[in-house]
Amino acid sequence: MTSITKPPVRHPGLPKNALGFTVRDYEGAMSTLCAGCGHDSVTAALVLACWELALPPHRAAKMSGIGCSSKTTAYFMKQSHGFNSVHGRMPSVTSGANAANRDLHYIGISGDGDSLSIGLGQLSHAIRRNVRMLYLIDNNGVYGLTKGQFSASADIGSTSKKGEANLQPPIDPVLLALTLGATFVARSFSGDKAQLVPILKAGIMHNGLALVDIISPCVTFNDHEGSTKSYKFTREHEVELVAADFVPLRREVIAPETDAAVSVVTMHDGSTVRFRRTPEGYDPTDREAAYAHVRACQQRNEVATGLLFIDEHGQDMHAVSKTVEMPLVELPYEQLCPGNGALQKLMEGFR
Amino acid sequence: MSLHTDVTSPHHYHKVVDCQWACPAHTNVPEYLRLIAQGRYTESYLLNRESNVFPGILGRTCDRPCEPACRRVRVDGKPVAICRLKRVAADLRDDVTPYLPKAPAVRNGKRVALIGAGPASLTVANDLLPIGYEVVIYEKNERAGGLMRFNIPAFRLPESVLNEETQCIIDMGAEVRYSTTVESLKSLLDEGYDAVFVGSGAPRGKELDIPGRWDPGARDKIHIGIEWLGSVHFGHIDKIAPKVLIIGVGNTAMDCCRTSRRLGGVDTKVVARRSRPYFKASPWELEDAEEEGIHIIENHAPKRFVIEGGKLVGMEFERLEWTEANGRQTSTVIDTVTIPCDEVILAIGQDNAFPWIERDIGINFDKWDMPVVDKTTMECSLPGVFFGGDSAWGPQNIIWAVEHGHQAAISIDQHCQGLSVAERPPQGMHLASTKMGMHSWAYSNDFNPSSRATMNHAELVKRFSKISVEVELGFTPEQTATEVERCLNCDVETHFTASLCIECDACVDVCPVNCLTIAPVAESEAELRTRLSAPAENLAQDLYVSEALPQTRRLMVKDEDICLHCGLCAERCPTAAWDMQKFALVIPYAFAPSDTTIPVTV
Repeated sequence: MTSITKPPVRHPGLPKNALGFTVRDYEGAMSTLCAGCGHDSVTAALVLACWELALPPHRAAKMSGIGCSSKTTAYFMKQSHGFNSVHGRMPSVTSGANAANRDLHYIGISGDGDSLSIGLGQLSHAIRRNVRMLYLIDNNGVYGLTKGQFSASADIGSTSKKGEANLQPPIDPVLLALTLGATFVARSFSGDKAQLVPILKAGIMHNGLALVDIISPCVTFNDHEGSTKSYKFTREHEVELVAADFVPLRREVIAPETDAAVSVVTMHDGSTVRFRRTPEGYDPTDREAAYAHVRACQQRNEVATGLLFIDEHGQDMHAVSKTVEMPLVELPYEQLCPGNGALQKLMEGFR
Repeated sequence: MSLHTDVTSPHHYHKVVDCQWACPAHTNVPEYLRLIAQGRYTESYLLNRESNVFPGILGRTCDRPCEPACRRVRVDGKPVAICRLKRVAADLRDDVTPYLPKAPAVRNGKRVALIGAGPASLTVANDLLPIGYEVVIYEKNERAGGLMRFNIPAFRLPESVLNEETQCIIDMGAEVRYSTTVESLKSLLDEGYDAVFVGSGAPRGKELDIPGRWDPGARDKIHIGIEWLGSVHFGHIDKIAPKVLIIGVGNTAMDCCRTSRRLGGVDTKVVARRSRPYFKASPWELEDAEEEGIHIIENHAPKRFVIEGGKLVGMEFERLEWTEANGRQTSTVIDTVTIPCDEVILAIGQDNAFPWIERDIGINFDKWDMPVVDKTTMECSLPGVFFGGDSAWGPQNIIWAVEHGHQAAISIDQHCQGLSVAERPPQGMHLASTKMGMHSWAYSNDFNPSSRATMNHAELVKRFSKISVEVELGFTPEQTATEVERCLNCDVETHFTASLCIECDACVDVCPVNCLTIAPVAESEAELRTRLSAPAENLAQDLYVSEALPQTRRLMVKDEDICLHCGLCAERCPTAAWDMQKFALVIPYAFAPSDTTIPVTV
């Protein structure tokens, strides 16, 4: 054969989610990325996350710009909406789409080139606006599509495939997001689905912009000895900060009042969870601490991963802008376009 | 405890090739199907013949243990039509005579006697003649073939096919003494043979001794199935009365009812004690009989033959209801019914009988008066005397007889060389990469979603006009072309090299049937099975477990159960840790020890 296709046959014992779909129903077209690309693992993690959330595929929109990472929106949830936009402009296009239809789940997929070079301004403002979306950065430290030049996230001293060292300091999207007031900041690794899938689920359900920086090795141009974004380097330097899991919103479970160190709580599925009061530890709601931690890790040549920061009380773009509750696509025409009279009245207010 | 799977010996990879593993003779099915796909029928036939000796015959009559085992059953419900594809190779091949082994000009001076010229004995002859043995076959009938000739009706197996495949072995230089019954094993041994092989079959049909069986008005109308089929073959019987009952529901019963239908038994019924799931006949034989208008009656136990006015007029049965308790089936009688009939054919099983073997010559017999035969060597307690086929442990099928013959031939050769027969030559294997380039493999790795081809049958009117009209017409070229592509090429193995893996998850992510997992180290296989990407509940199928992976010391685990052998794991592997490698089992034969056999390769 000259090209590969994935046979439609599936394992007969595959479990189904609440919508009656198997995980294979969330797949898309066959990837044309290099064999072993980290981005394909991120795609597989997204497929798992959306399946586990029982996300109706037609209620999601996949947004992307240009780059290897931006191709991946074609490789999952083939029934979903999608917009493959201009280089670096995915955040703005997503902001516009979200303004028009706030009911969809937006999954934006970008890369270190798309988001940290050409689209850095777009990313910054999407964070400021707190657009409700999952914002993935497939971060491999190189421009893969143009044959492996250093990207803006390449670390000082890391080498290209030919051995040349990078001299410019990297832009860290996690620190950037923290300084810009992001309400959900996480970092993970394409080779660690046990950590990545729950973070993606939480990000999809977060009420605001959820930025997830994913170390996603480029097997072709940046998986060699001098690389700081290779599979091997990442595995050797990964420090898991918090073991995050995502629990979807259900009826409130009240823990019994007790003075004991361990309290037993019965959950929705009948199982019991034993809560032990944790000692003073990492607080993912403390922006200063999160920033300090990531900086400290950086100085120790470590990669901080996990759910690094979350602010559940942050207001998203619609709340800040006090937009109408109903998605614009569903708004009756008279309300969406109230006519020249209303426009003139509005204009009058600016005079 | 290390769970690491050893793939340096053939066991694991052989078991992955379900059809070959299930076949008693371990025929290399995927390889011969690929040869058919390429139109190389002669090579396909010869590869078949190496292990199963009678591809033309078996392509029509085999009990096909390979098909229920076929991976395709687990994938989409229906196996590849392996058996009938074998027939395609046999039907479309060129003359194979130039490629068959011949006896050497100088014999090795050893003489072997084979009793019966059925599939087991002919296999022994096939294996021993090329290496210089002098082979003498004793056959009580005038023609060779044994049960294949006298018990399988011509509408299932044309005589020409049978003649060619039996005669080509005899033509290697066997001496056949036709119409010669062995009356005494002792006197045969006295003739100074270096070894004797008993392949005389299970020639005695079971009796049904119930009231009326020996009544003078009835006994001529009650026949023993295999004897009756033999009489039809010889032309002693060429008609039967309209209303016929066949007692029993095995494959012999199916041959009897369909033969009866052709000889005038327009109202032929098959009566079974049990319900359909417990029938011994193969499902396709039941279907073929029913297509010919045979009515199969379940849950009826014979009680007596009904004779009125000195004439057989029917049979009385107890209608049974079966219940299961503690895994045992018990029956209760509901009522009694009489089914009218003119003639009855008993097809309730066969026994071996050895009145011609003296009990004082050193052969031990067990409590059922059967000779004690070693399951591996085929030797009985008297060194130099071997058994095989139905005469060893009662009725099985042709393909088992062939395998018995191969093993007996190895034993006979070792016995004649003064070697221990218990020390068996080992199996070997070849593994070779099938990678040809980008997206290119040396086998057809694309999954073909077609459903199983249906065999075309001769029209009923034509079938019933003459007993020798073959019912199955064989596959058309189009059917063949599609059906061979349904084969998943299970012999093209997913071969893993742990030291190359960078744990990028690409294989795990791409596998269409979720059979791969990178799992943490586990204590036991049972524990590992609970941690896989998809449920691994088929314990009959093994797990492949790698050595510890270089970066995280985790394990690559593959559940062999549903793997499509599509090669996508190897396709998406950036380091070629996964490769698709063609496995070829090297089977030792008497004529070719394990270290010299190189199977036909693509």
